[in-house]
Amino acid sequence: MATIPRPTPSRSRRRRSLLALLAAARESPLVVGGAAIVLFWVAVAVLAPWLPLPDPNQPLEPFRPPLSVSADGSTTFWLGTDHKGRDILSRLIWGARRVLIWATLATASAYGVGIVMGLAAGYLGRIWDEALSFLANILLSFPVMVLYIVIITRIGASPLNIVLAVTFASAPGIMRIVRGLVLDLKTRDYVAAAEVRGESPWWIMFVELLPNARGPLVVDACLRMGYTTIALATLGFLGLGLPPPDPDWGAMVAETLPMGAFAGHAMIFPALAISSLVLGFNMLADGLREMSLKE
Amino acid sequence: MLRLALRRFLSMIAIMAVVSFVLFLIFEADKLAVAGKVLGPYSTLEQRELWLQQHGYDRPFLVRYVEWVWKALQGDFGESLRYKVAVADLLWDRLANTALLAGLVFALMIPLSLTLGILAGMREGSWTDRTVSFVSILTTSFPEFASAAVLVAVFVFWLGWLPGTAAMTQGFSWRELVLPVAVLVLYDFGYVARMTRASMAEVMTSQYIRTAILKGLPRWRVVLVHALRNALITPFTVIVLQLNWLLSGVIVVEVFFAYKGFGSLLYDAATFGDIYLIEACTMVAVFVAVFTQFLSDVGYTLLNPRIRFR
Repeated sequence: MATIPRPTPSRSRRRRSLLALLAAARESPLVVGGAAIVLFWVAVAVLAPWLPLPDPNQPLEPFRPPLSVSADGSTTFWLGTDHKGRDILSRLIWGARRVLIWATLATASAYGVGIVMGLAAGYLGRIWDEALSFLANILLSFPVMVLYIVIITRIGASPLNIVLAVTFASAPGIMRIVRGLVLDLKTRDYVAAAEVRGESPWWIMFVELLPNARGPLVVDACLRMGYTTIALATLGFLGLGLPPPDPDWGAMVAETLPMGAFAGHAMIFPALAISSLVLGFNMLADGLREMSLKE
Repeated sequence: MLRLALRRFLSMIAIMAVVSFVLFLIFEADKLAVAGKVLGPYSTLEQRELWLQQHGYDRPFLVRYVEWVWKALQGDFGESLRYKVAVADLLWDRLANTALLAGLVFALMIPLSLTLGILAGMREGSWTDRTVSFVSILTTSFPEFASAAVLVAVFVFWLGWLPGTAAMTQGFSWRELVLPVAVLVLYDFGYVARMTRASMAEVMTSQYIRTAILKGLPRWRVVLVHALRNALITPFTVIVLQLNWLLSGVIVVEVFFAYKGFGSLLYDAATFGDIYLIEACTMVAVFVAVFTQFLSDVGYTLLNPRIRFR
């Protein structure tokens, strides 16, 4: 039996489409604004060890207002200090590092599981679809925060457990999206062609179907990064998040709330930091969705 | 129609059954841990085993599960370890408080988000549309506890207009409800407004609306009589499903403002390890979520005659 060669995608075409995408993105103020905010936090988080900042966990002078200078005149507290005398700007930046790392890991893990589940349910169908959809329905029947609280109080609040909890909470939603996309894509000719060539189901799912479903998934991933950031920060606020003393945006608000009457800056800045990062992701998602609708 | 409702109802029961089983498995499969929670960390192994025997824990797991479900169906969820009263008594009080909070949120959020969504969707790309879209992205980007912190800083600490908690220690007070309701409305209205906008914008481009406009009907008539009926189908399902999201937000807001509602009860139970209370609260939360899903599915088919499920 003659073997049919696999068609190879042309490299130059892909590069050109990437350039076109960047050019189109410049036209959308939402994409530019969202990307600017997200990139700002990513840059700050990456550069944190090299920035001239005091140690985020080092108690210096408590309750200093923003823009004050330390007693020996050596450090400026741009955003003030908190109840333990720790520099808030430094804690915000190190907190950005932490939230970005764990939100990315958690979202990636949820995507890994959700994509495999969605591809299997959509392409393999039948019993796979029934079983996986039922599983997803069960997990989706929990209000998200209830699911988080039940999982975290049962298995403890370690970074890995939080990744696990986010995976449980987000994977079913991702699976539904992937499944829907696959159900539409699998009727295309190139899938039939691959089946005739005798490709394995794995190849068809990951090489033929998944890359063609990427558009809506990119939009969803931006949104989900925002949700995951909210989830991590909210868990931190509730005392169920990543363990102290390393700075956590949500925990920073919770710790300084009782002192809000005379040191409101200590809780306002972390609250604004979280919201700005989430806003960046949301704007990016919205702008990308608008762009994909225009095409 | 009836068959669809029945099917959805059965799947709702199936989900509740599986969730209850998993929950029971998570919290009560380890019998000694249960006894440890009830008797405290300093109880001896003999005490724990004696307690387990007296309370029927030596029977097989499945028998215990069936008994738990049977009692729960009759409203008996056991006794709270922390508050030393029947879980059911606690639950109804707290649920009533949360229902009040959620009711106020919906009463404000629905008119606000529908109005904004319709205004934005009526003229896609207009200045109103841009503003509404951006404001709704902005407000949904503030997690509940962050917007609560900002509002408290402004209205409690700076201006001194409102109380910063909603514990109602000196009897019921509407003033204490203002901030919790505001936080939830702020977070939740954006999503519904955006859905309404999208649905409205889609309807406005359809053929029959163009016909109505070309026929020379006044614009208000086209919008209110022709477009709205179809444009409101999607927001209806979104609003009903919003209850599921609202429950998540309610937990955070109730903890933040120390409001004595269902959400803070669940949170306290979970952090204290109050097993029977966690089980009951989670089952109620899942029931609310699944039931609203059921309502939304059935309502959608009732509203949209074009859709007929098998």
